Amino acid sequence: MMPERLLVLSAVLFSIGLYGVLTRRNAVSVLMAIEIMFNGVIIAAIAVSRYVAPAALRANPAATGDAVVQMVLTGQVFAIFIITVAAAEVALGLAIVIAVYRARGTVDVTEVNLLRR
Amino acid sequence: MVQEMFFWLLAAVSVASALAVIRLHDLFRAALMLVVTFFTVAGLLILLNAEFLAVVQVLIYAGAISVLIIFAVLLTRDVEKGNRPNRLRVPALLASGLIGVFLVFVALQKEWPLLEDVLSKDSLARAEEVFTTTPQWLAGLLLREWVLPFEVASVLLLAAILGAIVLVRERHP
Repeated sequence: MMPERLLVLSAVLFSIGLYGVLTRRNAVSVLMAIEIMFNGVIIAAIAVSRYVAPAALRANPAATGDAVVQMVLTGQVFAIFIITVAAAEVALGLAIVIAVYRARGTVDVTEVNLLRR
Repeated sequence: MVQEMFFWLLAAVSVASALAVIRLHDLFRAALMLVVTFFTVAGLLILLNAEFLAVVQVLIYAGAISVLIIFAVLLTRDVEKGNRPNRLRVPALLASGLIGVFLVFVALQKEWPLLEDVLSKDSLARAEEVFTTTPQWLAGLLLREWVLPFEVASVLLLAAILGAIVLVRERHP
């Protein structure tokens, strides 16, 4: 499996999510589209760290030991941080959605316009 | 060969279910299709030798986040209005299409220096060994090289928990 097709897949997922973020009216639906974008990014990070040699390894192709570990697993560490931040973001985002729904009786993002006037 | 087949199957299902999340009128069904997307991405991670990440993906995304989203769909009663689009459909299609085409162009245009072309035999064997026993190496990396972001992430989670509680608490006069 070459990295190109995985990167293409992640780009497709990312742009589907972006389209959803830009066009949906329901705030929960916008959050769902953001999750699709996050998933595209996770696929890209892990595919690149699985198949592509980082610059430091290219400079020193005979490296063994912990240097190799550190370089080939960096993408997975990034993915773990992405998942952590996504979990925090969803918890806060949905709390805000519910607070807005209590205050204004709607979760339509085009009708929540207190700051616009 | 089997891997190829699974890759195309998972890729097709993930793109189709992502489109369904965006397009389906019923929000509850859209949330269920989101769970399908999470599971197919977990399958893709298994194909990429990231089994630990796949388990984390199933636990956190397909388990926790999807349950939160379904709760939010059911708690806010805008469900009957459905998954309506706003007036920005054409510019949004243009913007996301342009960004997608740009990303695909870069991915196909760049000559990726692959691990197996660059590394010597010994280091390649080492890398393969690392990919079969990832969790122990990930633990070492997280608690040594990446310990500061690791601690910041735990503070972030604590702040998110407190923020969520404060935001949705009932205010008693």
